[in-house]
Amino acid sequence: MARELLKGNEAIAEAAIRAGLDAYYGYPITPQNEILEWMSKRMPELGRAFVQAEAELGAINMVYGAACTGARVMTSSSSPGISLMQEGLSYIAGTEVPMVLVNVMRGGPGLGNIAPSQGDYNQICKGGGHGDYHPIVLAPANIQEAVDMMPLAFDLAEKYLNICCVLLDGSIGQMMEPAELPEMQPYPRPFNQPWAVNGAIGRERRILTSIYLDPPEEEITNLRLLKRWEQIQKNEIRYKEYYLEDAEYVVIGFGTAGRIALSAVRAARAKGIKVGLFRPISLSPYPYKRIEELCAKTQAFLVTEMNAGQMLEDVRLAVRGRVPIRFYGRLGGVMPLPDEILDEIEQMVKHPPKAEDDPAAIWLHRMLETVK
Amino acid sequence: MATLVTPENIVYKRPVGLTDTVTTYCPGCTHGIAHRLVAEVLEEMNVLDRTIGIAPVGCSVFAYNFIDCDFLEAAHGRAPAMATGVKRVLPDRIVFTYQGDGDMASIGMGEIVHAAARGENITVIFINNAIYGMTGGQMAPTTLPGMKTTSSPSGRDVEAQGYPIRMAEMLSTLDGAGYIVRRSLHDPANIRKAKKAIRTAFEVQKHALGFSMVELLSTCSTGWGLTPVESLTWLEEHMIPAFPLGDYKISEPVAALKI
Repeated sequence: MARELLKGNEAIAEAAIRAGLDAYYGYPITPQNEILEWMSKRMPELGRAFVQAEAELGAINMVYGAACTGARVMTSSSSPGISLMQEGLSYIAGTEVPMVLVNVMRGGPGLGNIAPSQGDYNQICKGGGHGDYHPIVLAPANIQEAVDMMPLAFDLAEKYLNICCVLLDGSIGQMMEPAELPEMQPYPRPFNQPWAVNGAIGRERRILTSIYLDPPEEEITNLRLLKRWEQIQKNEIRYKEYYLEDAEYVVIGFGTAGRIALSAVRAARAKGIKVGLFRPISLSPYPYKRIEELCAKTQAFLVTEMNAGQMLEDVRLAVRGRVPIRFYGRLGGVMPLPDEILDEIEQMVKHPPKAEDDPAAIWLHRMLETVK
Repeated sequence: MATLVTPENIVYKRPVGLTDTVTTYCPGCTHGIAHRLVAEVLEEMNVLDRTIGIAPVGCSVFAYNFIDCDFLEAAHGRAPAMATGVKRVLPDRIVFTYQGDGDMASIGMGEIVHAAARGENITVIFINNAIYGMTGGQMAPTTLPGMKTTSSPSGRDVEAQGYPIRMAEMLSTLDGAGYIVRRSLHDPANIRKAKKAIRTAFEVQKHALGFSMVELLSTCSTGWGLTPVESLTWLEEHMIPAFPLGDYKISEPVAALKI
């Protein structure tokens, strides 16, 4: 296949279709409408299921139903819509069925705006729905990575009977850049998993539910989920490293923030600063161990996000006070510029943070003085 | 001792479509009758092995313990959305939801209206007993004016708490609906009519003639604070005037259906 100029949302939708998507159920919300629109044209012409639901609540519960049959199913939404889907996500996690969620974040809280943001890191990675469960969360930094992640997301969801979320922001959804789509997978893929509820033809009947009225039975269910999560933590850590071989300083950022930070890191290298970039791709499970290893040869970390330091908490969990951390975030749909991050790198080198500092508090007071 | 139960003198037995499970419903509750009618119809249509039921949240949350086919358990009110998700990927299966009045007419109003409007080829069995049974007898969207519940202790005051919703009438206005009727389970003659309606509803689905729903007026002796017999009388005297029995939507293709 050749590289084409593709719009993020449309490329993601087509990549999912080529990965053997059986059903898409969704609801319009900016900045991810092109996914729904692409599906509305392509899915029916391929004889596959598409429904524009009455709301995100309806959409996620349609996904829940189809997931229980063993079909490859996905939905997509953006921040306020993802909030509405939390009910269904918790039920899907509790029923142990696979699904893929594309989450194109926008500025919040509340109705917020439609500009790119990373303000929903905690919501998706730490579980916005009720109960003990963990979705797998993958964060692409460009369209090619997002495209390549779609087949992977289905494979991971099905392998671990887990929710797999591809987490991006409005900029990756809306931008166009060259990318290569995967080959169309042979379709239909037969689906007849040993747990699927699809009519008891020639077998014992099956029931899929998330209700376990007997608390010890619910505890066993929770432990089963956690045991599977332990396997996911072991097997599915993903990240990308840039210029880390000789780096004395390390910038950490995911998705778009990581991509912008790469420009800043290159500019800093041009100025002779030995700085590299660590870009987590799996946000859940999080690459704690690798960051812990980086502590040994790092003088200071700069964490940069398009939120108030949500992933920073995970970095601090990995670093555990061994190395000082500086934080730089932009909020509410404002994107950091490469020059701003370059300035942050230079400040970090010039005025090294202390290990006992609270990077989020220091950043906040800086922000309150500069952003009026 | 000679047994009286011999093949030639059995006139009544548990249908194949019901599991051999001790009921968890209260004495006098008509859920058992509704379950039996659904099971009999699925058995008679010979579709038990390709039927997927969707249970609601409410007293019938465990409907799958009794009706012997593949089952899913939905979130509160979302069964029609879940059924849509299933039916669209498995169009040759029979998919039905079994929902109470709180589940459908309150928290699930959006899902049911839009499933009907889309003309989803699913069948809905709607149990209307004018009360939230499982949570202890609170006011439902179908609670009658003046009716006492644990959350309308002085009786439903329509000025403050509004009026009951008539689901069959409301859904019958939607073009996607093929078959919408209301029946009652308070006496044998009405139970027979209810079974016929359930059969028709599933036939409508089998022939892909759109959304079908059978509303069944039902009792809740525990929630109503009446004996089982008093409950049947109360249903007849109070619920039927508020929720008239009848056929609210029979589309032309459904009317032409020969069963």
